[in-house]
Formats: sequence, C-alpha cells, structure tokens
Amino acid sequence: MKNAGRTQTKSQSTNYNSKMGRKLLFDKAHIENIRYYDVYRANGGYGSAEKALKSMTPDQVLDEVKKSGLRGRGGAGFPTGMKWSFIAKPEGVPRYLVCNADESEPGTFKDRYLMEFIPHLLIEGLIISSYTLGCNTCYIYIRGEYAWIPDILEEAIADAKKNGWLGKNIQGTGFDLEIYVQRGAGAYICGEETALIESLEGKRGNPRIKPPFPAVKGLYDCPTVVNNVETLATVVPILRIGGEEYAKYGTGKSTGTKLISACGNINKPGVYEIEMNISVEEFIYSDEYCGGIANGKRLKACIPGGSSVPILPANLLLKTAKGEPRMMTYESLADGGFATGTMLGSGGFIVLDEDQCIVKNTLTFARFYHHESCGQCSPCREGTGWMERVLRNIDNGKGKMSDIDLLWDIQRKIEGNTICPLGDAAAWPVAAAIRHFRDEFEWHVLHPEEAQQRNFGLAHYADPLEIAAPAAV
Amino acid sequence: MFSEEKLNKVKEIIARYPQGRQKSALIPVLHLAQDEFGGWLSTETMDYVASLLQIKPIEVYEVATFYSMFNLQPVGKHVFEVCQTGPCMLRGSDNIIDYIKKKLDIGVGETTKDGLFTLKAVECLGACGYAPMMQLGKHYKEHLTPEKVDAIIEECRANAN
Repeated sequence: MKNAGRTQTKSQSTNYNSKMGRKLLFDKAHIENIRYYDVYRANGGYGSAEKALKSMTPDQVLDEVKKSGLRGRGGAGFPTGMKWSFIAKPEGVPRYLVCNADESEPGTFKDRYLMEFIPHLLIEGLIISSYTLGCNTCYIYIRGEYAWIPDILEEAIADAKKNGWLGKNIQGTGFDLEIYVQRGAGAYICGEETALIESLEGKRGNPRIKPPFPAVKGLYDCPTVVNNVETLATVVPILRIGGEEYAKYGTGKSTGTKLISACGNINKPGVYEIEMNISVEEFIYSDEYCGGIANGKRLKACIPGGSSVPILPANLLLKTAKGEPRMMTYESLADGGFATGTMLGSGGFIVLDEDQCIVKNTLTFARFYHHESCGQCSPCREGTGWMERVLRNIDNGKGKMSDIDLLWDIQRKIEGNTICPLGDAAAWPVAAAIRHFRDEFEWHVLHPEEAQQRNFGLAHYADPLEIAAPAAV
Repeated sequence: MFSEEKLNKVKEIIARYPQGRQKSALIPVLHLAQDEFGGWLSTETMDYVASLLQIKPIEVYEVATFYSMFNLQPVGKHVFEVCQTGPCMLRGSDNIIDYIKKKLDIGVGETTKDGLFTLKAVECLGACGYAPMMQLGKHYKEHLTPEKVDAIIEECRANAN
C-alpha cells in the first residue's frame, strides 16, 4: 500500500481500541493485482454491473442510489440520486455522463488512489451509472498532471471491453456504452462542472452561468451529469449491498463511507476509507489512520475538507463550540456554521503542527487561488491577486494593522459575487484564518523582524490539547 | 508535421467525439504536439494544430495560453515542477526549491545554460500526502529530500549523455 507514508518518529498516538472501520471501496484494495481485470473479476468485480443490467430497470437502480443517501464526494455533498433525477430526457437527444477526475483541490488526492490501484471499480461504477441515466457515451476528464493514469484507465477500459462490459450490446442486454479518457492541462477551475464541460469541448475553462444546469444543457448542449470519481465508484457497493443497507453505514445524513486523503504534519499521510461515524480525534490520533502528529509535536490547526474550507484551531476542531466531540461527518464538521465550524468538503484533510505559520499557509492558498482564477469575474480576478499581495506583505514583515481589516473587506466582496464557487473558495480560507488566528496576523505586523526569525507557535489554540492527546504531555 | 503514426493517433482522438465536435480534441492534440515538438508550443505548432482540427488559430492560442501545462517558451530537456502549495509547504517544499536553485544555479522559471534543466514552482499537483514532491515529465517524484534531488539530477544528466 502506497499510503504507508513516512514515519520519522515513534508515534505518539493513542490506541482507540475501536473495531477496524468497515470498508466498502477499499475492501479489496489489499488484494494483489486487483488493478487487473482477471483479479478484480475473480473477487466479485462486475457483480453489481451484472445485477443492474440483467435484473433491474434504470429506475430501480436510481431508487437504490436514492435510498443509499449517497452525497457527491467531490466536495459539495449534493445528493447523487436527486442530481440524477434532474437529467432531462428529450426524445432523440444523446445524454452524457462525465466523470470528474480533475481532483485539484489542495489536500485532495483520493481519486488518484482509486484510479491508480482499483481502476475497474470506477469503470464498473460508470457502467451502472450510464445505464441508469441512459447514456451511451461517458468521458473521464482527468487532470493533465496525472499523466500516467490515463494509460492505466485505458488498459482497464480495453480489458473491460474485451470481456464484454463495454461496447455494443453489453453482456447481451442491448445496452451500449463507450468510455473515453480525456486529459486536462493544468487548471484547477476545470474541476467546476461547467468549466470542465467547456474544457472538454476544447475551450478555456471558463465556468458557465447557471441556469441552464448541465442536467438540461451540458456537454454539446445535451443533458449531462457530472459526478466525482469516488461518487461513481460508490455506486458499485451500493448495488452490491442495497441502498438501504448502505444507508446503515455512517451517521444520520452522512451515510456510508468516505475517502479521506490525509496530509500535512501527521505520522501516516495517505488515503483512508472511513465510515462516517468516527471522531476527528480518533482519525488524527489512532494508529489505524493518521497515527498522530509527526515528530512528537502538537496539533495547532486543521483544514479538514480541502484548502477552500475554513481552517479550525485545535480546540474547535476536536470539539464543537457546544463541547460535543467533533465527528467526521458532513453535519458535525459544519456544526457552528462558519463562526466555529468548517466543512467535510472533498475530504482533503490538511493537518498543521505547532511550528506552522498561519500567515504563510494562508498566503500559499491565496497565491493558489490567484493563479487559478479564470479571470471572468472582476471580484475574483482582482481580489485574489490583491489578497495575495497583502498577505505577502504581512508575511514579509511589511504589513500594517489596517491590512488585516483590508483582507477581511476584500474577501467579503469576493464571496457570493462570482459566477462559480472559486470566488468563495478563495475567500473562505482568508476569512477563517483571520477569524480564528487574528492575534497571529497582528503579531506579524507588530513584530516584523521577529516574525522573519520564528513562527508564532501555539498560544491559546493549544488549550484543549491536554484533554485531546494525553500521550503528548 | 506529425508522423503517420501520430496522425493516426489524432484521427483516433477525433473519433471519440460526435461528428463536428473535433474541437474537443484540442487539448489532447496540444499535449501530443508539445511532446513531439521539443516540449513547447510555438506559433507554428499551434497553427498546425489548428489546421489539423479545422479550427481558427485564435481558438488554439486562447486555449494554449489558459492551461498552465502548455509551455509557450522553450524549456530545458528536464523540467522540475516543484509543488509549493500549502500541504507541500508544510512539509518543506521551500527548502527543496532553494536547494535546487543552489544546486543548478538558476532561479525559478529559469533554464540552465546547457539547456538541460528548467525549474518551475507550481501549484498543487494532488500528491499532498507524499510531499514534498515534483513533476518530472510524465511522472511524480515524491517524498523529496536533498539526497533524492541529487540522485534525480544525476539520473537526468546520465540520460543526456
């Protein structure tokens, strides 16, 4: 397994004695050569596709997906079954399924793992989903930098085709499907579904104004569904165990399992499948997952859902403002709204230890969004660059106190004022950093020389750590 | 001009899209062209791609200038694209960039005099758990250390001879 990561020091982690989390996507990930058709098939692969195509109508499959409570795994968390039911079905017009494998939210690298090591799980998910939606052509749009993965996917597609799972009259059911892999060329914005469609049409990745939504007018102006890799792969276990059974996994409206890509200053960075019923504390400190903070250091802050979601200091990360344990679910991570909460987002889980500088970290994200803004909307095009420059000044010891308020003002004027959510994604990290770490920004301004020599450290953000991680004391 | 084999590849790509939608092949064909014609896209190359896809040259320029993987200037034989976004920064990507600068005696965005290496600082490549890292051609080099960088440079030099 590639996710073993680096372990530089003895883990300071706590033994949580929980039963190993149940897996639905990675249940067979440990099997050698599972990436090849024969091994995947011999281990029950394509069983869900067989079930769907041979014994169910598209509406019955849709019903199972609805019952499962599956929510989009790309970040927005929109109910998949509902999204599918919106697809328009005009007579004589083709419909398209587009698999969003653009995976470019900083902190997120889960889809890469799925495609690289279990590509047939995705192909099987695409077959079932296309059958349900009535699509005969499906495109996998993958970020250009993952340059070696199209070869893996195309080999898997060829093997699936050879074995009668793609092409004409699949398994004698009369259903036809072709899957093509399309590489992007380096643009974060193409993860936004309408920008992705533009890019797939051979244009700049400028998001479209909605409505019309892709379900009505998408690729080539035809009804189109765009779903994330993990979402589409999850359809396979849903069909295997049934929607109702799937919904028994997880907690409340956060049903099932979720892939979390954990990175930053932890002992075991990597991709983990979690059942959405464990606490954030368990995820960070248990040996089954992140294995605690690296180098024996203490937890300062975390961005749990990819770079665009609000950063939380340790105290609010491990417990909600109400004092309840924070859980790895859509609802619990959002508890408290943006004032004291954050989002599960894409599951890009970025952990910062006590030595990390919040100003510097925020600067890298501001630079990222500035670089990635498509330039269509002035608030985003101008605002992201402005925020980057102001943050760079503060980081370099040239900041003024009024810069902090200026940053707050700029981000507020970007949020909600752009065609696509990149504007919000750029505004939120800056807003949350100031909201929770204002004293660190002020310290940078007041001690410009010292701030070049050392980082601010933990201050009160560490307060609850004695309770959270006794092993660190 | 593409070889016969590459032209067939272009045809195969165009066949993935509905009739009249050959513009969809633009990004894949630009990748092919960049690989084929020295690692960058000259105006001549872009015009050639436009003629292959029967679209206007401006349609190619506007796409080539939008996507960061397309080089509009010549680059070195080996391009080190080191990720510098948050998760890599937390794991010391700044040190790796500084090390490469000193080692190759070039700045970010520059190419060594022998034309062998170009250093780029890029944004998130989706390998955050294996940081610090860089893209080198088709593949990722992960868990970078100064020693690992040395080895990569040696390997590139050996391949050049």
